[in-house]
Amino acid sequence: MRRRYNMASSSNSPCAACKFLRRKCQPECVFAPYFPPDQPQKFANVHKVFGASNVTKLLNELQPSQREDAVNSLAYEADMRLRDPVYGCVGVISFLQHRLRQLQMDLSCAKSELSKYQNLGITGHAGLIAAAAAAATATTTHNQHPNMGINLIGGGGGGGGGGGREHHFHHHQFFPREHQQQMIRSFDAGNNYDTGLLAMNVSASIGQLSQFQQPRAAAGDDRRTIDPS
Amino acid sequence: MSNSSRCAACKSLRRKCPQDCVLAPYFPSNNPQRFSWVHKIFGASNIAKMLQQLPVELRGEAADCMAMEAYLRVENPVYGSVGIIYQYQQQIIEVQNEIIKINGEIAVYNALLQHQQLQQHQDSFFSTDNDFNL
Repeated sequence: MRRRYNMASSSNSPCAACKFLRRKCQPECVFAPYFPPDQPQKFANVHKVFGASNVTKLLNELQPSQREDAVNSLAYEADMRLRDPVYGCVGVISFLQHRLRQLQMDLSCAKSELSKYQNLGITGHAGLIAAAAAAATATTTHNQHPNMGINLIGGGGGGGGGGGREHHFHHHQFFPREHQQQMIRSFDAGNNYDTGLLAMNVSASIGQLSQFQQPRAAAGDDRRTIDPS
Repeated sequence: MSNSSRCAACKSLRRKCPQDCVLAPYFPSNNPQRFSWVHKIFGASNIAKMLQQLPVELRGEAADCMAMEAYLRVENPVYGSVGIIYQYQQQIIEVQNEIIKINGEIAVYNALLQHQQLQQHQDSFFSTDNDFNL
């Protein structure tokens, strides 16, 4: 009897999802391409946080070309939520916001220091300064291409600031490297990557999210209080 | 239990809302959308389980964060909150690069200043009326 080829696993071995759910892994299994049998924890985490049926529904609403990125981002979110059951990914976002604010202040200080030099009227070496600036930018762009990994923050940013959540990030990369370029291209597509616009987009996305903060029971929110026992 | 006193979760799930409903303090009836996001992405029983595992004083914060994550996933079904993380990482890289570039320019100015100062020092040295007769 000929066995049908299963994309992510040998014809005999069920995907991690079907193994976890203890069911037969069908050839058309929606999970199989994204949850290979050698990564059982990936599905276990996703199942624990989102549930198999929610993930199925989410994937079915997407194009096949989008599903791998969706699964990987769900896996990352699930992992972060299990590591930090209170803040999850939002903790990461807060840390990055804080880091960005620090860097923007550093940038503003650097610009003001530069302008002091520029005002000194040192002339005759404009070409040298331009060449040095170009060389500095070329080096950094080469070494710091976006790698999608959270470990970039510890490495590229000098590991400073941010408070106690840094320990989550040093060794954690939430997307396999072979998918980074794909994600970057797909993320770039249709996005205006001007920094100012990006800042506005991010702020717009986060800014309106203050609506998620629910007044607490102590502030007289709801009709009941929870028995703390 | 009358309809008006059910929380958004129990209303959405069409069930009675018990006195000790774990979701009620965080999903009040006046904000049904907040629960609908969370229900769509995490599912009611997962949310309840996750909140129940936390001490009471942390549940509010956790519910807010889960609501935010759910909203971000509804808005961006492919990347969710990870898309925001990526955007911030990109911005951080750009600002870091700009700082490095400016520091490079400052370093060059410093070098030029030092060179100029050295030049001035040498000029003043050779302009004094030294007697070099041998």
